[in-house]
Amino acid sequence: MSAIDTTFETLRSQGRKAFLPFITAGDPDLEFTGKVLKELVARGASICELGIPYSDPIADGPVIQASYTRVLDQKQKLGQILEAATSWTAELSAPLVSMVSYSIIHRQGLENYVARAKAAGIAGAIVPDLLVEESAEFSALCQREDFSLIQLVTPTTPRDRALKICETSTGFLYFVSVTGITGERTELPPEVVDQVGWLKERTDLPICIGFGISQPEHVKMLAPVADGLIVGSAIVRKIAEVEEKGEAAVLAEIGDLVDELTAAMDS
Amino acid sequence: MADPISAVPNSAGRFGEFGGRYVPETLTRALDELAEEYAQAKQDPEFQSQLTSLFNTFVGRPSPLYYAERLSEYCKGAEIWLKREDTNHTGAHKINNTLGQALLTLRMGKKRVIAETGAGQHGVATATACARFGLECIVYMGSEDIRRQAPNVFSMKLLGAEVRSVESGSRTLRDAINEAMRDWMSSVESTHYIIGSVVGPHPFPFIVRDFQSVIGQEARQQSLDSFGALPDRVVACVGGGSNAAGMFYPFVDDSEVELLGVEAGGRSELPGDHASPLTFGEHGMLHGSYSYVMQDEDGQTCDVHSISAGLDYPGVGPEHSYWKDSGRVQYTHCQDAEAMAAFDRLTRTEGILPALESSHAIAKGMESARELGPGKRVVICLSGRGDKDSNEIARLKQEGY
Repeated sequence: MSAIDTTFETLRSQGRKAFLPFITAGDPDLEFTGKVLKELVARGASICELGIPYSDPIADGPVIQASYTRVLDQKQKLGQILEAATSWTAELSAPLVSMVSYSIIHRQGLENYVARAKAAGIAGAIVPDLLVEESAEFSALCQREDFSLIQLVTPTTPRDRALKICETSTGFLYFVSVTGITGERTELPPEVVDQVGWLKERTDLPICIGFGISQPEHVKMLAPVADGLIVGSAIVRKIAEVEEKGEAAVLAEIGDLVDELTAAMDS
Repeated sequence: MADPISAVPNSAGRFGEFGGRYVPETLTRALDELAEEYAQAKQDPEFQSQLTSLFNTFVGRPSPLYYAERLSEYCKGAEIWLKREDTNHTGAHKINNTLGQALLTLRMGKKRVIAETGAGQHGVATATACARFGLECIVYMGSEDIRRQAPNVFSMKLLGAEVRSVESGSRTLRDAINEAMRDWMSSVESTHYIIGSVVGPHPFPFIVRDFQSVIGQEARQQSLDSFGALPDRVVACVGGGSNAAGMFYPFVDDSEVELLGVEAGGRSELPGDHASPLTFGEHGMLHGSYSYVMQDEDGQTCDVHSISAGLDYPGVGPEHSYWKDSGRVQYTHCQDAEAMAAFDRLTRTEGILPALESSHAIAKGMESARELGPGKRVVICLSGRGDKDSNEIARLKQEGY
């Protein structure tokens, strides 16, 4: 069992939902990423998603794209990120999962990536450009290494295919709420509740919903049907303001946002 | 007996180990539908005759195979023949693919089309096909390319397309593809993405190759008709690689015909100075397929450079990677200055203004003619005309090219 499995087991036994914030590694620098992670966990994050910057992220909207560009412009390398992650995970009480392009994993070598990520205390990977058809080799490796490989289902995924994805996903299933890219939305499509509900009846795998979630109303709509909710751009947008507002103010704002959203989750 | 080299891709979109599909799950259903629709269209005589009729009466096909007599004399070697895709309606080979894909769009019942463009030729060809069939058209183009290919931007707008400027990354073709894919992530149910080259996730490399293969099919027959033999060597430029794929594919099983792909050698062989992934790149993923790509040790795509916007791309179609690794096609690169010299030479000896992209093929075709010597024949794909480049060439000449 990976740390992610253990986390969901504990949450389920307590009848609680997971809150999963996403932030970009190294934005605007690795030291601040460490501080944000600490704050997120202190405010109740169950699992943190660490975005590994990638040069061509086609599933990402402007906020996360810009954060990746900021980091890559500083020539931040994967090795530095993993080294920093080693010190973060040593102190964090919640597991860290990497959101990483298959381009990066493939370039490192599949075994090498998993070994290095595990050595850094990272519990798994979400690979947004690795489809179930192309994932056999990486999926078998992750199983052997007890490294969660979290796969994604979207509103355009046919039902039989969604079930197939549930069979190979480990840790949890990432349900994408919208047909589109990452980024805050004012409204989320109400169908997602039924779509997730249908899957919940057919799998024991925890299901977390992400993309577009940024307001307490979204949380109230989705929390009853999900095991966890993922929030990315709303947090990354605040981190982008750190130069202007200062670290303390941004950390406080992020903390307040997490409080507001988690309060809606438990209500 | 081994399968012929033309027997690719397989059902998973693999050209040997290359190709496949590395995209977000959101796009899977649309890609499956497209593959299914294309499989049906390929077998449908009505679709094929509609496309042939458009090729003949709208594009002006077949495009001539032209004996470049004065250029051949200048090179003092093999005969040089030009496959004149520059004579097509809209001025390049790109229209072959956009008409085919526009017909697929209609078959799928979609009303909105998106496209990316580098040199603007694919953008113009897409806007043209959309105007012809009454489809809404949005073209993503890097702001650097909007600057250097201004005449094409104007044409696209006249044709009713909306041109969206892309400011991210290096503001060239690669970023335009990223932006088009992001649009498609949100619009996939109502929109078809007419990708402009033999790149992207399966089935795009396969579909675009098939639509462009009309170039090589004609050139092969025209060679037999004109000089009673197959050419000794066929030369084409390679950015994403669609004119080369269409030119080479009908010859790949003719083992006696040498095939030479020419990448953009840019300013130098240093990283960042060229756009030659088949020569200097690594196996990796870009824009949904596994192929050669210019990337760093972390797997980040590198910035590249070429004088020609259409070749200024860090990746290449997966079938070219397959041809390279199997040894069927040789790939070389041609630097900016050499392409400029070939541009001048063809213009002055034959009265034909080639596109800067095609000028790379002309340069290596001239070199081939010298190398092969008299009695041999080289066919070069003249993929597009150079009118779009006039202003940029004037500017470059002032800079000392």
